Amino acid sequence: MGTFLKRHHWVTPLALLTPGILWLLVFYLWPALQMFIASFWHGTLETGFVFSLDNWTNYPDAVGQFAPFYLRSVVYAAAATMTTFLIAYPLAYTIAFKGGRFKNLMLFLVVAPFFTSFLLRTISWKIILGDVGPIIGPLKGIGVLPQDFHILATPMAVIAGITYNFLPFMTLPVYVALEKVDVRLVEAAKDLYAGPWRPGGLIAGGILGGALMGVLGLVFGVDWAVFAVIGAAFGGFVGWFLVSESFIRVTFPLSLSGVFAGGLLTFIPAIGDYINAELLGNPSTNMIGNVIQNKFLTQNDYPTASALSFAMMAGVLVVVAIYAKVLGTEELSAAAARA
Amino acid sequence: MTSAATARVAAARPARQVIARFFDRWSLIVYTLLAVIYLLLPVAVIILFSFNDPAGKSNFVWQGFTIQYWLDPFGPLGLSDAVTLSLVIAFLSTAIATALGTLIALALERYSFRGKGFMNSLIFLPMATPEIIMGASLLTMFVAIGTPPFFPLNFLTILIAHVMFNISYVVVTVRARLAGFPRHLEEAAGDLYANEWQTFWRVTFPLILPGIVAAALLAFSLSIDDFVVTNFTAGGTQTFPMFIYAKSRIGIPVQVNVIGTCIFLIAVGGVAITTLAGRRKQR
Repeated sequence: MGTFLKRHHWVTPLALLTPGILWLLVFYLWPALQMFIASFWHGTLETGFVFSLDNWTNYPDAVGQFAPFYLRSVVYAAAATMTTFLIAYPLAYTIAFKGGRFKNLMLFLVVAPFFTSFLLRTISWKIILGDVGPIIGPLKGIGVLPQDFHILATPMAVIAGITYNFLPFMTLPVYVALEKVDVRLVEAAKDLYAGPWRPGGLIAGGILGGALMGVLGLVFGVDWAVFAVIGAAFGGFVGWFLVSESFIRVTFPLSLSGVFAGGLLTFIPAIGDYINAELLGNPSTNMIGNVIQNKFLTQNDYPTASALSFAMMAGVLVVVAIYAKVLGTEELSAAAARA
Repeated sequence: MTSAATARVAAARPARQVIARFFDRWSLIVYTLLAVIYLLLPVAVIILFSFNDPAGKSNFVWQGFTIQYWLDPFGPLGLSDAVTLSLVIAFLSTAIATALGTLIALALERYSFRGKGFMNSLIFLPMATPEIIMGASLLTMFVAIGTPPFFPLNFLTILIAHVMFNISYVVVTVRARLAGFPRHLEEAAGDLYANEWQTFWRVTFPLILPGIVAAALLAFSLSIDDFVVTNFTAGGTQTFPMFIYAKSRIGIPVQVNVIGTCIFLIAVGGVAITTLAGRRKQR
């Protein structure tokens, strides 16, 4: 037996790989191809589906009809990725550099929400952000907010929900990247007179905060200028006190791989998500995921739904392929392993 | 410098510097505390509302404290079946995916062969595909094989789907453990006349076991909480997340929060025990 395995050294890896790889081929790759085929179907569930290449028009028909939903998905996912980045980066930075003996506890707290149901967490936000809930109710009571103010059923609520649910996906890769930063490089930078970077931090933080809050204000449909001023003030304040030359020139560039990995890990599930839009939004905030789910499970319109799904998958694959080509897949796998 | 002199210098320091130093020291810590509160706030709400005594069907407004739902956790019709199904599928899919994924990880980390790049991609892709696409494509395949009742969507199709999305996570987790593996220990076992089989079970397996346990925990938590893929592959069968989703339109029973709280506590306890056990072993 031993000599047989040594002579045929391909037998062992083949035996190890076959069951798992077969599972993925049959239940991941084949379904994907099948969905591509189904996007050329015509017919209904009752009468049966017929395949014909002439049905390529399914694509322009479906994608054209639901273009606003694709656009909305991209905008919401991009906005949510941006806010997760802003929230997660300082958090990951603190855990990596100031965590000390609490490092593992802090990482645990970051992933702890995953131990409860995704749906229940999202529904909790419905309670917290409710029109008469513990936050908005009292603010309305003392007259800070107008009586008709509401967050639920707005784009803001959907983006906030996505931000919350995918925050750990951004925090962990950024943490993994920051953890690998050699602190000696930072010390060397300081030895070479890299000091605080107050004016730069003020300007960079101000612009970033102002732009972000301005965009949110626009999406939210409220006075975006006020939002932008508040954001600029906050960002400038943070930049003035926190950003240093060694951070801008050493730490941040070295952590970029983690930022990109986190961005991808947040953006991809966010673009396909429909739970946040369904539970926290209203019909006017529906994303492409809501349409696909509805077409597949309620209307049984498989051809249209398949065309919509495959178009989305093609877009995602392009992004992933570019990412894998430029940056490789190791950072993502490391983050997944860390989780 | 004497301490009195230090104090004088400190007093003479401009207020701006004092404030700057204060923020340099505390801002990140305060920020992290706020972020942790933000992350855990919904969990706290879930736990709190498991003690709520709602007036009507919807459990959205705090009405009063009661433990009556804790005493009757499986009251609502269908809840206990849903929880049982979720647990069974989570256990089975974790077992299958952990076994298959560990084998793949061993092959990819230990051997070089043609087609490795393709296999790396095949393992990476499910993690980079939106869940809705995986669920939808599986549904299309099941429909193409034969419209129900030829290929009914049920327990088996959910299990197939869960194993599929779990394999990749198991592979990357176990590979991470294998990457830093002390190979010389295996060579030593070989020098001491252990055959490959003995070497694997006596040396390799015990050393990668923590990675396998971590992978299994991850797979279990992904499976038990999965809604999107399950929703596409379940047909009429109902798992716990699907039960929550179905009830979210007509009012979620308080017992759902009770079960959610229990799952959270068990998971946290499990991780705490594994961590502490690992720490004791290291000593």
